[in-house]
Amino acid sequence: MARVEFTRHLHRFFPALTDSPIEIEASSVAELIGALDVRFPGLAGYLCDDSGSLRQHVNVFVNALPVRDRLRLTDALAPSCAVHIMQALSGG
Amino acid sequence: MAPPGDTLILGTRKGLLLFERRGGEWKPAGVSFLGIPISYAMIDPRTGVLWAGQDHGHWGCKLSRSRDRGRTWEEVAAPKYPEGEVIRNSMMSVDPKAPEKPATLRYIWCIAPGGEHEPQRLYLGTEPGGLFVSDDGGETWALNRPLWDHPSRLAGQWFGGGRDHAGIHSILVDPNDSKRLFVGISCAGTFETADGGASWTVRNHGLRSNFLPEPNPEVGHDPHLVAMCPGSTKHLWQQNHCGIWKSEDGARTWVNVSENGGPANFGFAVVVDEHDPKCAWVAPAVSDECRVAVGGALCISRTTDGGRTWKALREGLPQEGCYDVVFRHGLDKAGDRLAFGTTTGNVFWSDDRGERWRCLGHHFPLVYSLRFG
Repeated sequence: MARVEFTRHLHRFFPALTDSPIEIEASSVAELIGALDVRFPGLAGYLCDDSGSLRQHVNVFVNALPVRDRLRLTDALAPSCAVHIMQALSGG
Repeated sequence: MAPPGDTLILGTRKGLLLFERRGGEWKPAGVSFLGIPISYAMIDPRTGVLWAGQDHGHWGCKLSRSRDRGRTWEEVAAPKYPEGEVIRNSMMSVDPKAPEKPATLRYIWCIAPGGEHEPQRLYLGTEPGGLFVSDDGGETWALNRPLWDHPSRLAGQWFGGGRDHAGIHSILVDPNDSKRLFVGISCAGTFETADGGASWTVRNHGLRSNFLPEPNPEVGHDPHLVAMCPGSTKHLWQQNHCGIWKSEDGARTWVNVSENGGPANFGFAVVVDEHDPKCAWVAPAVSDECRVAVGGALCISRTTDGGRTWKALREGLPQEGCYDVVFRHGLDKAGDRLAFGTTTGNVFWSDDRGERWRCLGHHFPLVYSLRFG
């Protein structure tokens, strides 16, 4: 089970995320986001673009390290890992 | 519900602002999406539904609709570019080996209703150049393949202007024949379909683009906005990057009607009278390397003779120290009413076709779109 925490900025669009951390069974980041989208419909579209890659200003950390594959999300998730889904510090 | 023309919808950098006309004044009628850039917002006159395209910096482009004038909102699935579709790098590139990247939704430039007798049809103009069509009131969207697969795009003749990639900002449905549409693309030009989008014809003849080494290509022009006279649909106007053009033959030929020696040349917005095709308004700015108000003074320029002469309308507008520019969707008209919003957050309105202006406010966020509803 991955334990997933979210930036509070996503709570505005997905109020149910205020109950995070969310526990999700997944072996890769791609699987994780797919499973999150089932539980919170539409969430994948906030994190990934049309082609399934992470949006430019979205950061995903696994055990505090940024994921390496932002295009295809192939980074593996070990059991009991901690995932943080954050926004980049950009904008104005 | 307010009658048509009695609602003002501002799409701003910090949210959607509504105003309603009461007792001869515009009164605030609600703020939605506070803090979120609204690239375009409009009310579909056929259904009364309020639509808003959002441009989240982090979470991508979203599309929402409200059936109660902004009190409650429903996010609908934003269109997606089909898997496997690619775009080339940002600027004009005919090199088939130029790097490609996935085509993804980057911006919702405009939302347009279909014809009067097809109330479930809507169009979205997007960056990087896709026209999306819905036939179920916006529940689902499909990319118009014939335009996306147009040989000129595949040949690398579409490119970014103002933003990184080509964008469709103008969608004009002929009120007499909903299968006849024009789209304006920056940068590519104007395209027409007469068969509901099954095939598209380039309509750029007569334009001149002095930012290109060969200024008269068939495709590669920058119409900042294209407008059609609803009462005489063979009359079209465009505020182009390189001046103001009009057509009297359904966009088959364009004639430059920029003002010689006056302010009406560069700009982004143009509106045409609903009935008189010779009457149009533009929002002048200093050309393109500078992009501020002409002479530090705000004006809207109007022609009533098809562009032979222009009159700068200034009464009620500040005439010194202005840096405002009116973006392409920032000027609108409903009957005798006009209004415009600027890049520095000023909004002005007129009840007499622009003769006299009054200020709605000086402290709004940057205005991307202003529409009457």
